[in-house]
Amino acid sequence: MAAVLEPLCEGIDATDRRIVLATQAGLPRVSRPYHQLAADLGLTADEIMSRLQRMQRDGIIRRIGAVPNHYKLGFKGNGMSVWDVPDADVRVLGQRIGALESVSHCYHRPRHLPHWPYNLFAMVHGRDRVEVFMHVARIAELLGDSVRSHDVLFSTRILKKTGMRLLAE
Amino acid sequence: MDHRADLTELERRLLDRYQHGLPLSATPYADMAAALDVPEAEVLAALDRMQQLGVLSRVGPVFRTHAVGVSTLAAMAVPEARLDEVAAIVTSFAAVNHNYEREHRFNLWFVATAASDAELAEVLDKIEQLTDIKVMPLPMLEDYHIDLGFTLQWT
Repeated sequence: MAAVLEPLCEGIDATDRRIVLATQAGLPRVSRPYHQLAADLGLTADEIMSRLQRMQRDGIIRRIGAVPNHYKLGFKGNGMSVWDVPDADVRVLGQRIGALESVSHCYHRPRHLPHWPYNLFAMVHGRDRVEVFMHVARIAELLGDSVRSHDVLFSTRILKKTGMRLLAE
Repeated sequence: MDHRADLTELERRLLDRYQHGLPLSATPYADMAAALDVPEAEVLAALDRMQQLGVLSRVGPVFRTHAVGVSTLAAMAVPEARLDEVAAIVTSFAAVNHNYEREHRFNLWFVATAASDAELAEVLDKIEQLTDIKVMPLPMLEDYHIDLGFTLQWT
């Protein structure tokens, strides 16, 4: 695994990478988890914590927290909503949609005309498809006349999902 | 599959309060226990149980997508009869870490990662060659998401 990751990690050094690999599946469930990691990695707990703090400041780590599995908590619907909005407005509109609680990812992506006119992507979560459509209707309302067209794509099969958490949440 | 009803009050409070993050401290579980006014052993047991149930993936760092390396979302419009065959080819690439079937004319969606733009382009080219189907690259141009976490609905 380290060999695969090596060329990918430009913003972090070899020690950071060892810490990433040792923590990406979760912290040890003991009273002093960073001390246990320190013993495993031959570092000090202070060094591990200050490196984690730096990676958080640099945006490599979003947060350190309890990561719920939303599917098992009843969020069974997830739809990729895609929107065709004017390029000049995409940032303002994207920031508005990206702040919605029902949206877990919101990105500007390129169009591929004529087959793909959509330039704004928002991943919408709900308990089921009905709830996802309700959230999508709310987004349509917020975007108003800016929307030229939109669609919602539901996944029907997960064909591969590997735990390369360093790159994908 | 929906385990909300199985969770105790303490377990729900742990998820609600700490999905957004916890302070970096040498004793994170004791800190949680102090904040929720329960013994540390109860916090550890609750986290273990939730992980067993599957409602908790882990307690730890969440790494930002695209923070390192190069990656792109890509889509293909695959004829229904060839879907399994093409999906297997795409999945076989080590550079592909997510691959989904979606209900649309563009029915195969995957994320590919590589060390450089050139390497990433090479992967997409190779998939086109092997499948004889165009790959539509959809790289992220800007990220607008503000990560507030979900409000978990307990009823």
